[in-house]
Amino acid sequence: MNDASLGLWTVPIAVLGGAIRVSTPFLFVSLGELVTEKSGRINLGLEGTLIMGAMSGFGVAYLTGSPWLGVLAAGLVGVMFGALHAAICSLPRVNDIAVGIALMIFGIGLAFYLGKPLVQPKAPTLPALPLGFWSDIPQVRAALEVNALFIVGLVFTPILSWALANTRWGLIVRMVGDSSEAARALGYSPLWVRLYATCFGGFMAGVGGSFLSLYYPGSWSEGLSSGQGITAVALVIFARWNPLACFGASLLFGGAGALGPALQAVGVTSGTYLLNAAPYFLTLLILVFSSSSRRRVAGAPGELSVTK
Amino acid sequence: MDAEPPRRAALARILDPLAAPVAAGVATIVIFGLFVSLAGRNPLEVYRLMAVGAFGSWFSWQNTLLRASPLLLTGLCTALPAQMGLVIIGGEGAFVIGGLAAIAAGLPFADAGAPAFVVWIAMGIAGMAAGGALIATAGALRHWRGVNETISSLLLSSIAIAVMNQIVEGPMRDPASLNKPSTRPLPDADLIGNLPGMDVHWGLALGLIACVLAWLLMRRTTFGFAARIVGGNSRAARMAGLPVGMMMVIVTGLGGAAAGLGGMIEVAAVQGDANANIAAGYGLSGILVAFLARQHPLAIIPVAVLLGGISASDGLLQRRLDLPDAAVLVLQGILFVALLAGEGLPSWSEWKARMSR
Repeated sequence: MNDASLGLWTVPIAVLGGAIRVSTPFLFVSLGELVTEKSGRINLGLEGTLIMGAMSGFGVAYLTGSPWLGVLAAGLVGVMFGALHAAICSLPRVNDIAVGIALMIFGIGLAFYLGKPLVQPKAPTLPALPLGFWSDIPQVRAALEVNALFIVGLVFTPILSWALANTRWGLIVRMVGDSSEAARALGYSPLWVRLYATCFGGFMAGVGGSFLSLYYPGSWSEGLSSGQGITAVALVIFARWNPLACFGASLLFGGAGALGPALQAVGVTSGTYLLNAAPYFLTLLILVFSSSSRRRVAGAPGELSVTK
Repeated sequence: MDAEPPRRAALARILDPLAAPVAAGVATIVIFGLFVSLAGRNPLEVYRLMAVGAFGSWFSWQNTLLRASPLLLTGLCTALPAQMGLVIIGGEGAFVIGGLAAIAAGLPFADAGAPAFVVWIAMGIAGMAAGGALIATAGALRHWRGVNETISSLLLSSIAIAVMNQIVEGPMRDPASLNKPSTRPLPDADLIGNLPGMDVHWGLALGLIACVLAWLLMRRTTFGFAARIVGGNSRAARMAGLPVGMMMVIVTGLGGAAAGLGGMIEVAAVQGDANANIAAGYGLSGILVAFLARQHPLAIIPVAVLLGGISASDGLLQRRLDLPDAAVLVLQGILFVALLAGEGLPSWSEWKARMSR
């Protein structure tokens, strides 16, 4: 089979494969940010965390030869950034949004600085499952070459959704996010709960970053992230703080990102940038239509500064 | 507290807001010093070279001022809305879309052979209108739809950058620009020149004027007073009958216009055309400038010069000490983090009150 015999089918097949690939970092960063926001805090610094994760994951995988150790290291670096964000935010009068921007600049700078020697070498990449084995069409096989982290995220999404709704921890996080007064009255410290929730968000963002350097594109460079960390923050709002919707939104955002290159392959070259910006536009529309000057965005945690 | 003599109270009024930034600066010097020592460099040598690279000679001063001038304008994009309690972080988009609108408006005038100052006025108006409209959208959405202005300005900024890239690579692309898609360049005669006796373009003067005007507006007019009341307590302001929504649109629009003017200058004085290089991060640095200046329009001037100096010194640091250019970003990041952490610490008078309790 070749391109010609597939005709226009090459576009949706490529978009599917691309959506799975492009959505993976979105999925991880947004699930992490979702938990952070559920606890009543927003971490805009995840772009920095993501890039730090990409750099450190690549570095550790290169040095140890194990991509999974790289993923773990990226997550731990993310935890450190999350802890730093939470620690500063726990001081009085500190604006979580501003701290996020500061940590974004810091994380990007630090990753570029420490990552200078990593631009050349090759690190082992993460494995992928050939779920397209049943097809003899190379494009389908390529599209269904599903990376391991996506599958981890796929399994983790319903677990997180269930845990937030049903477990003691999920309840505490949501309570802190909806009313820190109530949480305090029941003897839970909002600052500590937010610390854990922000660290979890950092971990996930770090892992999401390691995907970029260890699977696709699979190398470390300074232009690695095209703002996935920032987009994921918007994505959580787009998904209205629902993990299952985060999964769908990640695929949608990933598909939008994959549509440009897929169209390019069949000769349509215009509009790539606008397609990449479509998720931002959609998120803005969602915000405009779901907010009102009198009530907060439906589904938003009560303590979250950005929806007050 | 009540018994404090007036002169000491006045002194505290000046020193109080300075305490946190100064403490943050000292902490940054220590932390970044440790950082470069870990990288095997002598921190004293790093700081000496930074001082030399930023302010050591007339040449480095000019380089510093050149880098400071866009920051004066992008800093206002965050600092002006902050007077009303809004956190706007879309300066990058306003800067970029301002630059694009400026070249789109300037080229027809230049083609028609209009005098340079007519071209500049057209470019300035278009740049300010585009940047202003972008950020004013965030202000309007905040007031009438309750959409958080931080998130919306960020989204609008990303959209604006995408629009710029799309237009520069598509409809407005100069076929002659092969490797780096750009619009057609302005004729040399229509480029904004340098200030007399300096290698720094007129953008510096415009930036300084904008900061002073912003200060006058916010601190010396009834409008500015009213805007700051909204920033203090928007419910009280509404009760007092202030047109809060209209004021938000105007102030966010002015902030965006400042950044848009910055983009116009970047196009008309530095790049000569619009291309992807105008999204070089001036908007992001502007956020840092505004926060470091504690959102005070006049304080933006020294802060922008300081940050301009830090970035001007990176060439020297790279050449002499082989420090990567990202070291400057690390330093900016540490400074920003330290400053915000410092805001959370008790101020001098608070601390004294606590001690005497």
